[in-house]
Amino acid sequence: MTAETHVELNRSKQPFPVVTTSILGVLMAIGLVVAIIRFINGIGAISNLSDGRAWGLWISFDLYCGVALAAGGFTLAATVYILNLKKYYPIVRSAILTAFLGYVMVIVALMVDLGQPWRIWHIIIYWNPHSPLFEVGWCVLLYTTVLALEFSPNVFERFNMQTPLRLIRTIQIPLIIAGIVLSTLHQSSLGSTLLLMPDKIHALWFTPILPILFLLSAISVGLAMVILETSLASKGLGHQVDLDILAGLGKALPYLLGLYLVVKLGDLLVAGELDLMFSSGLYSLLFLVEIVGGVILPLVLFALPAVRLSRTALLWSSLLVVLGLVLNRLNVSLIALAPRPGTMYVPHVLEFAISIAVVSAGILAYILANRYLPIAEHEHPAGHRPVVEVG
Amino acid sequence: MAKGMLIDLTRCIGCRGCQAACKQWNDLPAEPTSNWGSYENPPRRSANTWTTVTFNEVSEGDRLDWVFAKRQCMHCEDPACAAACIVGALRKTPEGPVVYDDHKCIGCRYCTLACPFGVPTFEWDTPVPYIRKCTMCVDRQAEGMEPACAKACPNEALLFGEREELLQEAHARLEAHPEKYVDHIYGEKEVGGTSNLYIASVPFDKLGFPTLGPEAIPRYANVAMAAVPPTIVVVSAAMAGIYWITKRREQMMSQKVSVPVEQWPKPDQDKED
Ligand code: SF4
Ligand code: SF4
Repeated sequence: MTAETHVELNRSKQPFPVVTTSILGVLMAIGLVVAIIRFINGIGAISNLSDGRAWGLWISFDLYCGVALAAGGFTLAATVYILNLKKYYPIVRSAILTAFLGYVMVIVALMVDLGQPWRIWHIIIYWNPHSPLFEVGWCVLLYTTVLALEFSPNVFERFNMQTPLRLIRTIQIPLIIAGIVLSTLHQSSLGSTLLLMPDKIHALWFTPILPILFLLSAISVGLAMVILETSLASKGLGHQVDLDILAGLGKALPYLLGLYLVVKLGDLLVAGELDLMFSSGLYSLLFLVEIVGGVILPLVLFALPAVRLSRTALLWSSLLVVLGLVLNRLNVSLIALAPRPGTMYVPHVLEFAISIAVVSAGILAYILANRYLPIAEHEHPAGHRPVVEVG
Repeated sequence: MAKGMLIDLTRCIGCRGCQAACKQWNDLPAEPTSNWGSYENPPRRSANTWTTVTFNEVSEGDRLDWVFAKRQCMHCEDPACAAACIVGALRKTPEGPVVYDDHKCIGCRYCTLACPFGVPTFEWDTPVPYIRKCTMCVDRQAEGMEPACAKACPNEALLFGEREELLQEAHARLEAHPEKYVDHIYGEKEVGGTSNLYIASVPFDKLGFPTLGPEAIPRYANVAMAAVPPTIVVVSAAMAGIYWITKRREQMMSQKVSVPVEQWPKPDQDKED
């Protein structure tokens, strides 16, 4: 079987990355120790969070950024299975893997951030349909389940379990559609959570359409993440993916980024707040860096055929989109969100330790999954590159 | 009928009897503090200090006023904290108080961010933390008693009663002594109204009260949440529709044209599953 040979090929080609895994392991161990301290002495013992600012790095980075960066799973699933663009089939599995790992990472981070994480199941029995966070909670729960199912064929194939494989394939399309619906809700609901702080978020970022902006930016960054991650995996894991595929994704980005830009600036225009872009000091600067560096610049770059012909240029351009999104989420939920008067918040070094440990665990899981599961099943072995067609 | 409290800051003498009474009734431990240059102590409310009296030096024209303001949960009519709470642990009761259920809370602290008055506080230094805030002494009210703070106040700065009656009383005081009060009942309209009402001799923004509009805080979130069911229907239908069209097109193509369906010739690409 081709699948088997490819897996074998990957395994034999690359020696086990001992150094990388050791470093990741140490970072995870540090995080584990910090987490143990937290469960003995409380969140205050390892963080600078306070009543003045009760959400910090973990929510802004691990939740807001994490969920958006995992959007590649549903955008690619929609591209391949709903739009029926089979060209992208070779990378849909790794996109779903990233999304699945991303969501697991979000959940792990929440286990540290929540005051009583052992009560997380309360959202199943105590409902508050008015709460955007209730929507977020349910979406995390359901979409992680859907992602686990979408991911499961990798495991079933690896161990040659035919019955569950057939079962999953019969419900594949409903599953994909459920994943898209849940992602739409989830990405936007993260924006909705901020709608309860209308008087605290700087007007450059606060708008009643935050949910829509969150969704649009997540779709763009989902594709950018797939390009970035596939490019990095090509380098690090030796799964060479056709340039044609990456270029094709890149071609969609100017449209998606353009739509986001128009809606975002249009909203400011309608609100009569465009002048804030230049009159709010540091906030203006952050806003402009986010918009120019993370939206307009990559929009132009991805529109250039020369960029789409170069793996390096694609990698860097997609990195811009990713960094732009991270800055946006940090801006709206951390920097431009006013703390209670008389208080301030700068993340504690141990807060970083937790976030770094969670990301390390995700990277390690990604490396291991790519080694031992048929993620790259349909890829071409390196060196065999078909003709590039960019139009 | 909904209860509330009328807090007349012109009557407050800054004795902090209410602060002590609150601690006593609710069994809250004292907090270690140090002199930080103000009588206001502790400097902030916390899970162990649900109400504090703030000491404000306000210059109005050529006058310097020292104004004391007891601060605590406002018990909003349409509370942001209750809209925020992921498990509905916070709830507005028809009797007025916004109450908290220890048994439901998962400690997400969303309530602390949503509250426009900076009220809910969290137990940061325990392994099993809860949210804490003023309860308007629901437990005392259940026994027919007024809140501990109102009971303790020696100068009738805190008047407990029916919100409607208190509102009338507030208007009456403003009318009777326009020279004594600014023409503003804080809490009458703010964020859709609050059970607790304030009147004072100086503008409220000079006392550290947030300036808030008359619309309830959950207004935007409510719109977003109402959009959830239609979004589910529209997105599922759209995706199913597009899937049907693309599949159909693929079938038609494979019937009309005799070359393989894949327009992207990849010799070693596996068949779609
Ligand atoms: S003041 Fe804050 S905590 Fe109190 S009811 Fe209003 S929103 Fe809730
Ligand atoms: S911390 Fe508790 S009371 Fe506050 S929103 Fe979360 S679950 Fe509700």
